[in-house]
Amino acid sequence: MPSMKKMVPLFITFISGAMLILALFVPAPPFPGLEEEFSIWFDLIAVFSFLLGGGNLLRVHLKKVARQERDWMFSLVTVLGFMLMLFLGLFKIGANDWSANYLASGTAFKWMYDAVFVPLQATIFSLLAFFVASAAFRAFRAKTREATILLIAAFIILIGRTPIGVMMTSWLPKSLEFFHIPNLSGWILSVPNMAGQRAVMIGIALGIISTSLKMILGIERSWLGGNDK
Amino acid sequence: MKTPRFLLTSVSMLLLFLFLTPLLCFAQTESTPPIVPPTPPPMPAPLEVAASDVPNDGGSAIRVSWQFPNELEYPPVGFEIFRYEQDGSNQSIVKVQSLVREYIDTGVTNKLPYSYRVQAIYRDSTGRETAVSAEQSQPASAHITFFDFTKINLAIITLILLGAILGYIFYAGRGKEMTIRKIAGVAAIEEAVGRSTEMGKPVLFVPGTQDMDNVQTIAGLTILASVARMTAKYEARLDVPVSRSITMSTGRETVHEAYLASGRPDLYSDDIVHYITDEQFGFVAAIDGIMVRDKPAACIYMGAFFAESLILAETGNGIGAIQIAGTAMPTQLPFFVAACDYTLIGEELFAASAYLSGDQRAIGSLKGQDVGKAVAMLLILFTSLAGTVAAVTGGGAMEKVYQFLWRLTAASF
Repeated sequence: MPSMKKMVPLFITFISGAMLILALFVPAPPFPGLEEEFSIWFDLIAVFSFLLGGGNLLRVHLKKVARQERDWMFSLVTVLGFMLMLFLGLFKIGANDWSANYLASGTAFKWMYDAVFVPLQATIFSLLAFFVASAAFRAFRAKTREATILLIAAFIILIGRTPIGVMMTSWLPKSLEFFHIPNLSGWILSVPNMAGQRAVMIGIALGIISTSLKMILGIERSWLGGNDK
Repeated sequence: MKTPRFLLTSVSMLLLFLFLTPLLCFAQTESTPPIVPPTPPPMPAPLEVAASDVPNDGGSAIRVSWQFPNELEYPPVGFEIFRYEQDGSNQSIVKVQSLVREYIDTGVTNKLPYSYRVQAIYRDSTGRETAVSAEQSQPASAHITFFDFTKINLAIITLILLGAILGYIFYAGRGKEMTIRKIAGVAAIEEAVGRSTEMGKPVLFVPGTQDMDNVQTIAGLTILASVARMTAKYEARLDVPVSRSITMSTGRETVHEAYLASGRPDLYSDDIVHYITDEQFGFVAAIDGIMVRDKPAACIYMGAFFAESLILAETGNGIGAIQIAGTAMPTQLPFFVAACDYTLIGEELFAASAYLSGDQRAIGSLKGQDVGKAVAMLLILFTSLAGTVAAVTGGGAMEKVYQFLWRLTAASF
C-alpha cells in the first residue's frame, strides 16, 4: 500500500483525470469549462510557488558567493540583478503613486525591462541564426544516403523560396510545371514532409494518452518521487 | 400710306402673341406629368421566426432562426432580437447584422420556456430608423444533454484506444512477459552517465521549459528518475536546472527518491535540482553558461522545448558533450536530430520511461499504443482507398463510405 503522502495525490489525480476525460463527451454541468477551471487552479498554485523558485535562486547563488566558489562573481551579478529588480518592482520606483502598475510607462522597473532585459533576450535569441547555420552545415553533409536526400530536399526548399528558384526553371513548358522549383518545393513540404509530421504527431498523441492513463491509474508515479509500493 | 399698314401689322402680331402665349403655356402644362409623392421602398419583416433547443449541449442555449429575402434594393441595417419570458416580460438581447439569419441565445435558464421576436431595422437617408417586427416565435426551452452525440465517432475511437491500453496493462500485470524493441537513444543514457563518471564531469539534465501541466515535462521527470538512479549508482554528479518552481519541487522529490532507492541518500543534495528563471532566453543563457563553465560530459534534454532547443544543443555540441534529446514538439525535432547524438522522436519520449523502468505494466501500455497505431493506419488506408475509388467511379455508395470514414478519421487522428 502506498503511504498517505502518495495516496492522496493519486486519488486526486484519478478523480481529476477521469473528470476531464468525461468533460470531453458530457456537455451537462459541471463538466463544461472544467478544463479551464482546473487550469486556473494550477495557475494559482504556480503563483505561490514563485516564492519557492526565487528563494532557491537566492539560496544557491548566495551560498556560492559566501563560499567564494569558482565563478562566484557570476552568482553575485545574478543576486544583485534579482534584488535590484525586486526592489524596483516592489517599491514602484518612478511611479506616480502606490496604486500605479509597476510595469507602467515611466517606472524604473519598466525602463530596466525595456532597456536591459529585452535587448539581452534578443541577443540570446539572435544566436539562433548562427546556430542554425552551424547545425545545417553538419546535418547536410552528404555522408550517407539519408543525409544526401536531406541535403537535396533542403536545397530545393531553400531555392524554391527565393526569386532565383523562380527564375531558374521558369522556362519549363506547361507539361513539366511540376518540376518548376517553387512547385517542387511546395510538393516536398505538403506531401512527404506533411505525411512524416502527421505520423510523428499520431505517435505523440498516442504516447500522451498512454502516459496520461498510466498517471490516472497510478501506474506511473515518478512525478510523485518514485514507483515504490 | 405706309404708317397704317405698319400699325395694322404690329397690332396683328400683338394680338397673335397675346392669343398664342396662353395656348403655349397650357400646352406645356398639359405635357408635364403630375407631381406624386415617391413610393417608399419595401420594408419586409423577418419571416418564420423559430426557436429551438440547441442539441448536445448543457441546456443553456436556444437557437433563434428566421427567414429574410436576400435580394432587397434597400436592405435593413440589422436585426434586433427580443426574448420573452413566461410572464410576458421581454428584453432586447442582441442586435445582429443584416446578413445574419440565426442566433444562439446562451443567456437562458434550463427548462424555462422562452419565445423570441425578431425585428428588422431600416434606416433612411436622414438616419431615421424604422423597425419592422415579425410575429413572436413559439416558445422553446433548453434541455440538458448528457452525452454529446456529435462526438460519437471520437468516443468509439477513444474506447478502442483505452480498451487496448488498459487491456495490455492488466495483461502485463498478471505476470505476462512483454518485450519492446531497443531504443538507441535510451540505451545510450547509461553509456553517457558512465562516460561522465569516467571523465569526472557532471551530467546535465534539462526537463524542458514547460510546467508540470505539460505531459512532456512529466515524461522528462520520469526519465530523470532513471538517470538519477544511474548517477547515484556511478557516483556521478547530476545537475538539473529547471525553469519552473513546481518542476523544481517535483524534480527534487524524484531525484531524492531515486537516490534513496539506490541506497545513496548521502549523495543527494537539494542543489541538484535548482531553479533558474521562467524566462525562456534567460533560462537558455544560464544553461549555456553552466555548459561552458562546467563542461558536462553528458547533456540530456527531455521534455517540451521551443526555440531554445538548438541554442542548447549547439552549445552542448560545442563543448563536446554526448547529447541525448527527446521531445514531442515536432518543430524542434529537426534541430535536436541535427545537433544531438541521439534523439527520442515524439512517442519515444513517452516510451523511454517504460523502457528504463522495466515495469511490465508500463511496457504493456506501449503494446496498447501499438494497437492504437494499427487502428490509425488501417483507418487512414481504408479512407484513402475509399476516397480514390469514389473519385474514380464518380461517387455512389463508395462516396458515403468515404465520407463516413473521413469524418471518423478526421475526428480521431
